Amino acid sequence: MARFRLLFLSTAVRLSALFILIFALAAGALVLYVTAMSERLLIAEIRESLNQEVAAVQRAYERGGIGQLARVMDIRARQPGANLYIIAGPAGDMLAGNVASVAPGLFDKEGWTAEPFPYRRYQEENAKHPPRVAIARVVFLDNGMRILVGRDLAEPGALRFLVRRAIFVTVGAMGLGALLLWLFIGRNALKRIDRISDASKKIMAGDLAQRLPVSGSGDEFDRLSLSLNEMLERIGKLSEGLRQVSDNIAHDLKTPLTRLKNRATEALAAEEPDARRQSLEGILTEADQIIRTFDALLMISRVEAGSQAATLSDLDLSAIAADCVELYEPVAEEAGFRLDARIAPGIGIKGNRELIGQTLANLIDNAIKYADGDATERLIRVSLAPDGEGVALSVADHGRGIPEDRRADVLKRFVRLDESRTKPGTGLGLSLAEAVMELHGGAIALSHTDASDKEHPGLTVTLRFRG
Amino acid sequence: MTSEAMDCVGATGGAKVAAMKILVIEDDLEAAAYLVKAFREAGIVADHASDGEAGLFMGLENSYDVMVIDRMLPRRDGLSVIAELRRKSVHTPVLILSALGQVDDRVTGLRAGGDDYLPKPYAFSELLARVEVLGRRKGAPEQDMVYRVGDLELDRLSHTVRRGGKELLLQPREFRLLEYLMKNAGQVVTRTMLLEHVWDYHFDPQTNVIDVHISRLRGKIEKPGSPALLKTIRGAGYMIKDGD
Repeated sequence: MARFRLLFLSTAVRLSALFILIFALAAGALVLYVTAMSERLLIAEIRESLNQEVAAVQRAYERGGIGQLARVMDIRARQPGANLYIIAGPAGDMLAGNVASVAPGLFDKEGWTAEPFPYRRYQEENAKHPPRVAIARVVFLDNGMRILVGRDLAEPGALRFLVRRAIFVTVGAMGLGALLLWLFIGRNALKRIDRISDASKKIMAGDLAQRLPVSGSGDEFDRLSLSLNEMLERIGKLSEGLRQVSDNIAHDLKTPLTRLKNRATEALAAEEPDARRQSLEGILTEADQIIRTFDALLMISRVEAGSQAATLSDLDLSAIAADCVELYEPVAEEAGFRLDARIAPGIGIKGNRELIGQTLANLIDNAIKYADGDATERLIRVSLAPDGEGVALSVADHGRGIPEDRRADVLKRFVRLDESRTKPGTGLGLSLAEAVMELHGGAIALSHTDASDKEHPGLTVTLRFRG
Repeated sequence: MTSEAMDCVGATGGAKVAAMKILVIEDDLEAAAYLVKAFREAGIVADHASDGEAGLFMGLENSYDVMVIDRMLPRRDGLSVIAELRRKSVHTPVLILSALGQVDDRVTGLRAGGDDYLPKPYAFSELLARVEVLGRRKGAPEQDMVYRVGDLELDRLSHTVRRGGKELLLQPREFRLLEYLMKNAGQVVTRTMLLEHVWDYHFDPQTNVIDVHISRLRGKIEKPGSPALLKTIRGAGYMIKDGD
C-alpha cells in the first residue's frame, strides 16, 4: 500500500492521471455529440420515409376508397420488418392494423405524435415483454376514420445503445490501459529512482566504488546517473588521494615521531653528556623532518586551492632557471655531477617566482639525489626552450629513471620509489611540482632521457608552461 | 630551518652586545615564556605582551629595539598592531611570526609594515639571528661604501674585494654573499637569511646548497697563514668576524 501511495506521489503518475481525465472527458463529449447528431439524422430520415408512406396510402384511398386503402395497408403490414399501420374509427377505436395496442389517445390529433409512444405487437402482449417505442403520423380521412403510419424506433435506439456501449468500452479500455501504463511507467520510474537512491545510500555508507545503475537507453535517468557517476569518480579519486595521504601521513609522520620518542627516551636515560647531546640533536633532526613534511603538505594544499593565483606576475623564466642552476651548481659539482644549463634567454611567463624556483630546485635536488651512484654519464641538464605554443623547462639526468608504469605513482603524495627511504626526502617534491604546474595552467611530464640505454635510461622531468 | 636550536645561544657573544631590549607579543604563554628566557640567555631583555591591545600599548609607551609580533593575536590582530604602530610613527623594526608561512602571507606581512617574516615553527637560532640583525639595523653601515673585516676589504662601488691588499676575483653571487655577510659582520647569519637576501628565495633549500657556496667563498677569501674570518656557527649559520 505504501508503494502505491508513493506511486501516486510521483509527478509522472499525477501528470498522466490528469491528462487521462481531460482526454476522457473530451472523448466522451465528442461521442455524445456524434450520437445525438446521428440519432437526429436518423429520425429525420424516418419521418421523411413515413411521409412518403402516408402519401401513398392517401393516394390509394383517393383512388379506391376505404377498400383499396385497407388492401394496400394490409399488404404493407404483412411485409417483413414492416412499419406500423393502423386504421381507426372516428372514436379512436382500432379497426385494423398490425399493432396489438398503443398508448391511449394517440388518434385524437392529426399529424406527428409529439413524443415517441409505447406500443405492443401481436404475440408480445404479455407484460413480460417490454413495450416497443415508435413515432407515427396520424391522418384524418374525410369519412371521419383515422389512419396511423409509424416506425418502430428500435433502430435509432439500438444505434444509441451501440454507440453508448462503444463509448463505455473504449473509455473503460482507455482507462484500464492508462492505469496499466501508469503502473508500468510510474513503477518503472519509481523502481529506477529506488535503485538510484539505494545505490546512493550504499555510497553514503562509505562504498565509494558503488556506481549508480545505468540502463543503457540513454534517457534522462541514464544521463543523470552518468553525470552523477562522473562526479562520484572524481570524488572517489579525491578521497582515494585523501585516504592515501592519511595512510602516508600515518607512515611518514608516525615513523619520525616514533624515532623522536625513542630518542627522547634515550636522551633521558643517557648518563654521558655526549650521548645525551647526540640524542637531543637526533630529536631536532627528526623534528625538522616532520616540520618539513608538514610545510610541504601545507604548501601543496594551498597551491592546489589556488590561493596564490593572485600572485602570478610577469616573470623572466630564463633568469629563474639560470638562478637555480647557479644555486645548485656547487652542490652538484660536489656530488660529482656536471650541471649543464641550456637556457634560451629572455623567455617570459606569468607565474609565481617563488613556487617555480622551489619546484625547479626540487627537481635539480632530486636529480642529484637519485641519479647519484650509478649514473653512466654524470650529467644533469637543465633546459629551457620554446615548445609549441608554450615553453618547456626540463631537468634531465642519466640515472635509473622511472619505469613507465610507475610514473603516475611518483606524482602522488608521499610515494617514493626508494621503498627503504634511505635517501632524505618527503616524497612530496613531485606532488608539489604537479600542483604548481596546475596552478600555472601547465603540465608536468616524466620521460626517459635516453630510452636506448637500458641500464640507465635516466629521468627527464618536463614542466610545460603556456606561452 | 636548521636544527640544534639552543646550541647557538649566546653565539654572537652576548657579553659584547649592549643589552638590546625587545618586545615579544605572543599569545601562547608557554612559547612566550620560552622566548623570554631564551632571549635573556642570549643577553637580550625581552618584555612580553599576550594580546594585541596590550602589545600595542606597550609598543607605544616604551622604546624597544625590535618587536617580535605573532600574526594571530587575541583582541587585536598582529598586522593591525603593526599598522597602528606605524601610524603613530613608531618605526621600531618588527619581525612577524606566523603559522601562515606561504609566499603570499609573507608578502602581506611585509606590506603591512613588518621588516622580517618568520614562519612557525622556527628554530630559536633563526629567530635570534634575525632579531639581532634587525636590532642593529640602525647602526648598520648601509651607507658605507667599503666594508672591512680584519684585512678583508669589500668595495661596494667598484665591486672589488681585497685581502691584505691583494685583489680577489669573485663571481657576482659570491660577491653578494660576502657583501651580506660583511654588512652583518659580527652577527650570525643563517642559511635561510642568506638564501633570502642573496638569492631572494624564501623556501627551505633542504640540501646543503648554501654550505657549498660558503665553502667556495671561503676557498677564495681565506689564505693559509692568515686568521680565518668566515666562521661556521654550529647549529645556526655563519658569521664573518675578525678574531674569535
